[in-house]
Amino acid sequence: MTALLPRRGLAQILALIVILAVDRLVSPQFFDLRLQDGRLFGSLIDVLNRGTPVALLSLGMVLVIATRGIDLSVGAVMAISGAVAASLADSHGLPVVLAAALGIGILCGLWNGFLVAVLGMQPIVATLILMVAGRGIAQLITEGRIVTFSSPDLVWLGNGAILGVPVPITIAVGMLILTGAIVRGSALGLLIEATGGNARASELAGVGTRAMILAVYVWCSVCAALAGVIAAADIMGADANNAGLWLELDAILAVVIGGTSLFGGRFSLILAVLGALIIQTMNTGILLSGYPPEFNLLVKAVVVLAVLLLQSPKLSGFSGIMARLRGTKP
Amino acid sequence: MKGLPPVLITAIVLVAGFAACALQFPNIASTRVVGNLLTDNAFLGIVATGMTFVIISGGIDLSVGSVIGFTTVFVALAIERWGMPPLVAFVAILVLSAAFGAAMGAIIHVFDLPPFIVTLAGMFLARGASFLLSTESVPITAPVYSTVSDFALHMPGGGRLTAIAIIMLVIVIGGILLLRLTRFGANVYALGGGRATASLMGVAVGKMTVKIYMLSSLLAGIAGIVFSFYTSAGYSLSAVGVELDSIAAVVIGGTLLTGGQGSVIGTFLGVLIQGMIQTYINFDGTLSSWWTKIATGILLFAFIALQQGLVALARRPVSNRAGAAP
Repeated sequence: MTALLPRRGLAQILALIVILAVDRLVSPQFFDLRLQDGRLFGSLIDVLNRGTPVALLSLGMVLVIATRGIDLSVGAVMAISGAVAASLADSHGLPVVLAAALGIGILCGLWNGFLVAVLGMQPIVATLILMVAGRGIAQLITEGRIVTFSSPDLVWLGNGAILGVPVPITIAVGMLILTGAIVRGSALGLLIEATGGNARASELAGVGTRAMILAVYVWCSVCAALAGVIAAADIMGADANNAGLWLELDAILAVVIGGTSLFGGRFSLILAVLGALIIQTMNTGILLSGYPPEFNLLVKAVVVLAVLLLQSPKLSGFSGIMARLRGTKP
Repeated sequence: MKGLPPVLITAIVLVAGFAACALQFPNIASTRVVGNLLTDNAFLGIVATGMTFVIISGGIDLSVGSVIGFTTVFVALAIERWGMPPLVAFVAILVLSAAFGAAMGAIIHVFDLPPFIVTLAGMFLARGASFLLSTESVPITAPVYSTVSDFALHMPGGGRLTAIAIIMLVIVIGGILLLRLTRFGANVYALGGGRATASLMGVAVGKMTVKIYMLSSLLAGIAGIVFSFYTSAGYSLSAVGVELDSIAAVVIGGTLLTGGQGSVIGTFLGVLIQGMIQTYINFDGTLSSWWTKIATGILLFAFIALQQGLVALARRPVSNRAGAAP
């Protein structure tokens, strides 16, 4: 198992290196970094910074998918938490704003988790409800306007830097470490994988599958809420219509690229985040190359299909395909 | 007729809702408003009919909104820029969208992948392809468009039953017949009941899967043509989110999302309920459009909860017997 780990991530790391190399070709300054006003600048930092929301979403999403679920509502949750943060930002301090935004995230997660774990709804359907209604709720909070704010604390969260590293990146890395510590530092990760592998067998074996499912949806929504706050802080405002729009798809894509099967079971946090970075590197590369950003969708479609076919249970698994590819291509 | 009770509830919600609206705004109860409601939701009705087949068969099709968008752009460019006669353009896009659906169905079946993610890729692909064709709105000025737009049957009370509303009604009726009276329809239910059982009963599962997604994409293509009649333009960003509206209509119409149960007529009622909410909000004037989303969400929840309850009820007698209740 441990011996397998490096090989598991090999395809993703190779893909990232190839895409980075292509980016370097289209934009010679791609790897340039410079320090200005105590903050690092450069395309690489840009990729990390822009990739933060999807990376955060994929952290929660990978756990949900590991339980054989899916959360379509993360984009809407981002919109709600962004709306909450933006409307409170100028009248309250940062701790209150953060607590309120994350609190809303917990509520959303409890709702999703309740529908899936207690009422036994299909995850796609259960989270579809919040996906549809969530943007309405966000618009209710912002009263249909784009709420702007100037609170320096919140703006710092989106645009500031700690020791030269932009704050969003720091937060994403922090969340990765925190999530990793929680699920891999304890047996939780194993129990989540067991739930996804076979919920009924796990239940009989004494795993509290309902609690596991509830917990992963709450965590997913908390991650989404955090991403929503960062997205709002980044543009110094909350746009209920467009904040996090279609990001749920990117997050699912990131998890799939990261090699976690949609059929539940074994998952990898790091590879999911790597998946998010691969997506963002592609996006940035397409932008830098001067092609219209609309190409993003086409490229994503091709990538999803390719990864899916590699994952397909009908084919002899991911590693088998990789081996076959390596064998046929020089 | 296990599917009847949820449809009945949908019908009651529609009638009660319409009555409540009419009490507050007497003008709503006119053929004029009803005619407009049918016209405004014509494309949704068509797409939702196809979605009903997919969902009853136990699948889901997230690509329909993008297929509509692609169709409008393709039709607009084919007629205006490439000089194709409109009819040829229509046939071409319908063949194209049917092939697209068939390809998705084939991938779902052959590689045994979740329909959700395959059609998600299809959604990216169709939307991306329409962006490639054109990112701006292309107006359609062909004479056939103004002829079709002007055509309408006059109903008593000043209402107009437009051509696209008639197309929608014909497709809904065709869908009802196809699902209820044909072997194809029976196979759709069988597939939703369980792939393995269906296969053991002699249903060609692979062929059926391909046909069902083909039907859904074909109807999405027709909906796209109808949408282009509705707006007289082709725009790559049109019909974003329609897949969700149509899934909501199907669910509100009493179709079980796990497959195996449902009806096209219920879906049609679901479309009308969504249209009714929209009309009410337009009449009210003070409510903002986001209430549509919240109301749809609440209805979705209510109907799914209802389904869960019904399913639980259907299972209860068995467990009671096993538990030997006093």
